Amino acid sequence: MTNYSNKGDKSTRAGFGEGLLEAGSRNSNVVCLGADITASVGCNLFADAFPDRFFSMGIAEQNCMGVAAGLALEGKIPVFSTYGVFAALRAADQIRVSVCYNNVHVVIGGAHAGVSVGPDGATHQALEDMAMMRVLPNMTVISPCDATQTRLATMAAIEQCKGPVYLRFGREPMPDFTSGDLPFEIGKAQILLPGNDLTIIATGHMVWEALQAAEILFHSGIQARVINMHTIKPIDREAIIHAAMETMAIVTAEEHQVNGGLGSAVAEVVVQHNPVPMAMVGMADCFGESGDPRLLMKKFGLTAAAIVEAAKILRSKDKCRWDIRSETT
Amino acid sequence: MLQKTATEIRKSIITSLTEAKSGHLGGSLGLADFFTALYFSVLNHDPQNPGWAGRDRVILSIGHVAPVLYATLAHAGYFPVDELNTLRKLGTRLQGHPGRDHGLPGIELSAGSLGQGLSVAIGMAIAAKMDHRSHRIYCLHGDGELQEGSIWEAAMAASHHKLGNLTAIIDRNGLQIDGNTEKVMRLEPLADKWKSFGWNVISCDGHDFISIITALNNAAHSGDVPSVIIAKTMMGKGIPEIENDYRWHGKVPTSAQSALFLRHLEGNNNL
Ligand SMILES: [Mg+2]
Repeated sequence: MTNYSNKGDKSTRAGFGEGLLEAGSRNSNVVCLGADITASVGCNLFADAFPDRFFSMGIAEQNCMGVAAGLALEGKIPVFSTYGVFAALRAADQIRVSVCYNNVHVVIGGAHAGVSVGPDGATHQALEDMAMMRVLPNMTVISPCDATQTRLATMAAIEQCKGPVYLRFGREPMPDFTSGDLPFEIGKAQILLPGNDLTIIATGHMVWEALQAAEILFHSGIQARVINMHTIKPIDREAIIHAAMETMAIVTAEEHQVNGGLGSAVAEVVVQHNPVPMAMVGMADCFGESGDPRLLMKKFGLTAAAIVEAAKILRSKDKCRWDIRSETT
Repeated sequence: MLQKTATEIRKSIITSLTEAKSGHLGGSLGLADFFTALYFSVLNHDPQNPGWAGRDRVILSIGHVAPVLYATLAHAGYFPVDELNTLRKLGTRLQGHPGRDHGLPGIELSAGSLGQGLSVAIGMAIAAKMDHRSHRIYCLHGDGELQEGSIWEAAMAASHHKLGNLTAIIDRNGLQIDGNTEKVMRLEPLADKWKSFGWNVISCDGHDFISIITALNNAAHSGDVPSVIIAKTMMGKGIPEIENDYRWHGKVPTSAQSALFLRHLEGNNNL
């Protein structure tokens, strides 16, 4: 029943690199800052094409973030990409004061998101970055679902945003399934599959898993709506409220801590507008570890199967709730 | 002439902080002479057109000495001197630490979390070089602030990128909140540290206008090497009761003290 097929595995960091190169070709104000891991975070295409607009800053993320703010104050559009753990956490105060308080257009690339980073282990797997970034005033947080969308999201972050942006992407080749024609609009969630029995709201790599989960649920007679929440902030409240009202149950799925991430962001909207039962699939307040990316996702419950299980438990709880309500009335 | 201006700036610092009932007096007074020399003798700027693209940029990495920046800007004509009395009050453009979003003319950067300004200044200096523009970037630092590691990340980057258009200024008063800098966390040999990071190091007497202006002019002729001016200053300079007393870092005078301090300054003016 799904219309989405994998065009072939491709990393979202590759999509970031392509989008950066394209935006940089169109606008000579785009500059890029490197913190030693230039190729690893997808900036080598830009650095090779525009050596005069690439500045090596060494392994010094705090300074690099401030330099980006200074460039932006002077009208440049700086893109600084490094591992999400170092961008969002090590340089957090620079992001808060020099970037966000000054409200300058700095594009921060948060690479190596999630446990799918694999063998490097817990220190290099960004699992708290969305939580850190989405509480900062003026910040936009984007988490695209595949390589094709990451390319579009990168261009949008560079060309359409006016203030600070945190753009999150992964390391490992993952299913690339959206069409380049699917319009990408910051803050506008995408309903990838219609359905009214429950909603799965997913972000990043977990969107593909959500589509697989919907397929499995379909065979159990449950028609799930699948929403790609590619923008975590500003979050698409309308899409969430509609999902709550029309499907009465929401499962969120993210390769990130459920505390403070997508699950929390969705819950904040749901409880204030139309409370419905929710389940959150994600990292359960723990660190990752070394291993094969796919095996790690399985170990930490970041799979289609885990989403299906959460959906079924939610449905049974929901049924219970309705039974109680009908008994008491 | 500069001396008169510096005295007026000191008086404004004292009255605005007395009115605000909180803020940082000692460091602000200690920088009054440097700011006077910078804004009234060296800087290429236009108070009537604060956004002029060709202006020299001044970044206050130590946001807590905002009172000296505000008083200097007001006396230079960026905004009415009367507005200094709104310092730190609700709705003011004169935030406790500078905030660009409040719209005060002459403020280049919202700052106050120590150790961040030099990095931003580097970004501005790189942008100026890219666009072949000749304005200079000045960044004001405290000496205690140099204990932040990010300062040394930035120190490395500025010389690596050959930013001769950048001048860092260190308010070397030897004091920080907990006391003597050398006791809290030793900074010496400070000049050698900057030299070894590839900077052109200039020392000056931060209360002697000729010394300050000479230092700033020398900094502008260092080729493609960034310059740092270590300005020897005295916290609380100009008010004998509080000079060199670190307890006045974050303290304000009572109205009685304020009146006494202002009388001192009037006396100086009549010399
Ligand atoms: Mg000091």
